[in-house]
Amino acid sequence: MQSFWAARGCVIQQPYDVEVGAGTMAPETFLRVQGTKPYRVGYAQPSRRPADGRYGENPNRLFKHTQFQLILKPPPVNVQELYLESLEAIGIDLKQHDLKFEEDNWEGPTVGAWGVGWQVMMDGMEITQFTYFQQCGGLDLDPICAELTYGLERLCAFMQDVDSVYDVVWARDPDTGAVVTYGDVRLTEELQYSVYNFEDADVNRLWEHFNSYEAEAKALLTKGNAVLADENASPNEKLRFPLMSTYELALKCSNLFNLLDARGAISVTERVGMIARIRNLAVGVAKVYVGQQSSKLAS
Amino acid sequence: MLEIGLEEVPARMIAGAEAELGKRVNDLLTRERLQGPAGKLTTYSTPRRLAVLVEDVLASQADTEERLTGPSWKVAFKDGVPTAAAEAFAKKAGVAVDALEKVVNAKGEYVGATVKRQGRATAELLAAELPKEVAGIYWAKNMYWRAGKPERFVRPVRWVVALMDSSIVPLELAGIAAGNVSRGHRVLHGEAPVVIEKAADYKEALREAFVVSDVAERRHSIRKALDAATRTVAGARWREDESLVETVVHLTEWPSVVLGNFEAEYLALPEEVLVTVMRDHQKYFAVEGADGKLTPHFLAVLNTQVDDAGREIIRHGNARVLRARFKDAQFFWDFDQKTPLVERVESLKNVTFQKELGSYFLKTTWNDGVACNLHEILERAGFKGYSYPSLLMAVGLAKTDLTTELVKEFTELQGIIGGLYVQAQGFPGDLNQETTEKVGQAIYWQYMPASTDDAIPPTIEGQLLGIADRIQTVIAMFSIGSAPTGSKDPFALRRAANAIIKILAESELPLTVSEVVGASTSNAEWDGFKGQVSAFLRERLHFYLKDVRGFAYDVVNAVLAAGADDVRDAIARAEALTAVRGSEDFAAISAAFKRIKNILRQAEEKGFAVGSAGDVQLSAAAEELSSAASALAPEVAFLRRERAYDEALGAIAKLRPVVDAFFDKVMVLDPDPVVRGAHLGLIASVLGGFSGIADFSEIVTG
Repeated sequence: MQSFWAARGCVIQQPYDVEVGAGTMAPETFLRVQGTKPYRVGYAQPSRRPADGRYGENPNRLFKHTQFQLILKPPPVNVQELYLESLEAIGIDLKQHDLKFEEDNWEGPTVGAWGVGWQVMMDGMEITQFTYFQQCGGLDLDPICAELTYGLERLCAFMQDVDSVYDVVWARDPDTGAVVTYGDVRLTEELQYSVYNFEDADVNRLWEHFNSYEAEAKALLTKGNAVLADENASPNEKLRFPLMSTYELALKCSNLFNLLDARGAISVTERVGMIARIRNLAVGVAKVYVGQQSSKLAS
Repeated sequence: MLEIGLEEVPARMIAGAEAELGKRVNDLLTRERLQGPAGKLTTYSTPRRLAVLVEDVLASQADTEERLTGPSWKVAFKDGVPTAAAEAFAKKAGVAVDALEKVVNAKGEYVGATVKRQGRATAELLAAELPKEVAGIYWAKNMYWRAGKPERFVRPVRWVVALMDSSIVPLELAGIAAGNVSRGHRVLHGEAPVVIEKAADYKEALREAFVVSDVAERRHSIRKALDAATRTVAGARWREDESLVETVVHLTEWPSVVLGNFEAEYLALPEEVLVTVMRDHQKYFAVEGADGKLTPHFLAVLNTQVDDAGREIIRHGNARVLRARFKDAQFFWDFDQKTPLVERVESLKNVTFQKELGSYFLKTTWNDGVACNLHEILERAGFKGYSYPSLLMAVGLAKTDLTTELVKEFTELQGIIGGLYVQAQGFPGDLNQETTEKVGQAIYWQYMPASTDDAIPPTIEGQLLGIADRIQTVIAMFSIGSAPTGSKDPFALRRAANAIIKILAESELPLTVSEVVGASTSNAEWDGFKGQVSAFLRERLHFYLKDVRGFAYDVVNAVLAAGADDVRDAIARAEALTAVRGSEDFAAISAAFKRIKNILRQAEEKGFAVGSAGDVQLSAAAEELSSAASALAPEVAFLRRERAYDEALGAIAKLRPVVDAFFDKVMVLDPDPVVRGAHLGLIASVLGGFSGIADFSEIVTG
């Protein structure tokens, strides 16, 4: 998959090293989709969703699954055809399968993002979320971009024809034929993460962490907005504002929110308010990023 | 021939868009006089295209002549010499001065000019107009795709075919120039261009590229393929599901069907769960045996055609996905049984009903109060035939399934799951089998009717639970300022109120609208909203009579003006009124009542006193009306009490001759105040005496 997209001009990035719930939240998507500069990038992104953990007991649902995330900005006119070629490139013979693009619009309220698109169904299984991003960080995108999110565990289970992702063969010794499965590598940690997320995580401390990260992010945003609004500040001074660090603090908040949610510590009422708090940070970051980019162009 | 090539359009939007495209093209051709006598318009659609083919389109518009009239002849020509006015007019009309003619009409002599307009060529006109029509198509959700955002559409436009016979119409859509090249099925045909040599070849050219463009044909072939695949299981039938058929019709270009199997052990799960997983999550059809029970098979509609090996792969793949889903459902079902519904009441405290109002626990106690009040009303009315303990138990447990894993997973099954769990779990203690069953059924059906064409709950306990829950929601939401406004109804209160009206209309419950509103939760804060809620329900009754039952709007207005409290009575009156409104006598009576109302209004505006018929010796015609009315009144009153509305209206129509004679011969607003008062008293009593079934003055007469 990486070779296929690299050959089509994509930067192949490494996974982002801060906890995220989806590849969309990695800065290679969240920030790069802003502005007009064309960009193509692909990366595998471990994605943490505490509420989806099943103690390793569910064959398809995981606390941490891996997305292959692809951003094509702007989308080429043959983006769907390229996508189908990518499936063939990893060994799926489309003539032997049933493929449908079924409407599925995506919305990420905590990052102020939405788009329209499809879930791509292969023999009744959703293998990819295909979205034309229309807005991100609360900002309208122009050009818009295509976001392709492949669910790697599912795709592998599908290709290897196994009922559980834990049975996916991850490596095979060429001499002995001995295999290492996904379950060998990950099953225990899935169990342990579920125990922490659902049982052991200390709710009060999670709140403290959340408030503390949020406070620091807000303080930074205040500073960032001030320097951007300052007519006397040089482009360099504007670029010195630590945007990435601010965004990472927002991501920490997002992950803590998901943990609190999994612990059942957030009532429906609070939920709306919490989403708004995270969204404020994300939108603030997106705005500062756009401001920095334009001062970069101006310099 | 116009084909708009698109990336996959959402299935739910295709039929509407296809019809709209057809209508827009038809209107355009008619408007521009381009449709020949043998014109025939056919539309096509698949997920990747909308198309329209029109036969007998003229090559160009016919030329037209128009006669323009200018200034008066005298101003335009002085002594036969054209003036500046003549020249200006000739220039404006685009003719030479010596081509001006004299026009004589009733007003005098004027300058005229005949202007010939050459019709435009169809191709040129379509190139200019069709893109506007396409851009105007309504989509429930649009997107941008090109930089600079020049247009929005449901999905990106990728190709356009526009042909007049075999020549390309030079139009452009979303930056794409029309040509004669379409595309075939993504996989079966691949990326090779599909050339449409001439417009009439469209359908066949696509068929060769593995695309069935005709929706009806696809529907037919899917149904036949479902039949054929089902025949491989002895005695089996696929479960009819029209909306699912429509969905798969709009998800495929070249449909085929595969029958798959699942492990029979999953049949232990309730059918509702299995069918929901298959239909809503996988778009599979369920297969039932001769006894109507589910069999361990499913039918998947594919958008491809494969050989036996491929078929096996696809069957296997779909079965694996379904198995995983069933496994999830089984897991949730088993998990949920560990905490029976009766032990979940407390946990409703953690489920928010509405953030300004509180939890579902609180809502349940409110609902309970409403159910008690309704029961008291029914008891007073001597209505029996339901189990009060079952009703209360059902109200108490109705929302507990919101805390179950299965409902969290399949939200569309709320209520149904609760009902099934009651059935599966029973109750500790002394509730007998029948009472338990009634509790389960009431919970199961509590959200019916979900729409105006859905049925009401079949049991009385279910009907009462449905009414109690909804009227409580409505009054509570009104109290926090969330009443629907205009097109905004975020909490679907109209739907809730429609359901209340429908239950009152179609059940045997002897409850009136005001009794239902009166039974809703009473407290200092909320009582003030009961008037608004009554008006809201009355508006929903109006909607029900007019839009659901199809009564004419004036009949509905007339009937509701005479009473809008007893729903079934209002329906009976509307039926009777509909039956007689066409008769001549009745139209005359309606006109007369309207006149009476107008006169009384005028009299009130002028401050005229209303007396009574006995105040003075009346003229013969007035006397006759007075005695006819008093003779008829008891008869009509009796018939009304008997709800014999047809007969009552027939009797009222008999008043026509005396009413007509009265208005012919009597000046109602007599200068003598005593006579005038007596006349006014007489007509007021006629109006009052005979308006109990309907306010006839609302009836629109020829």
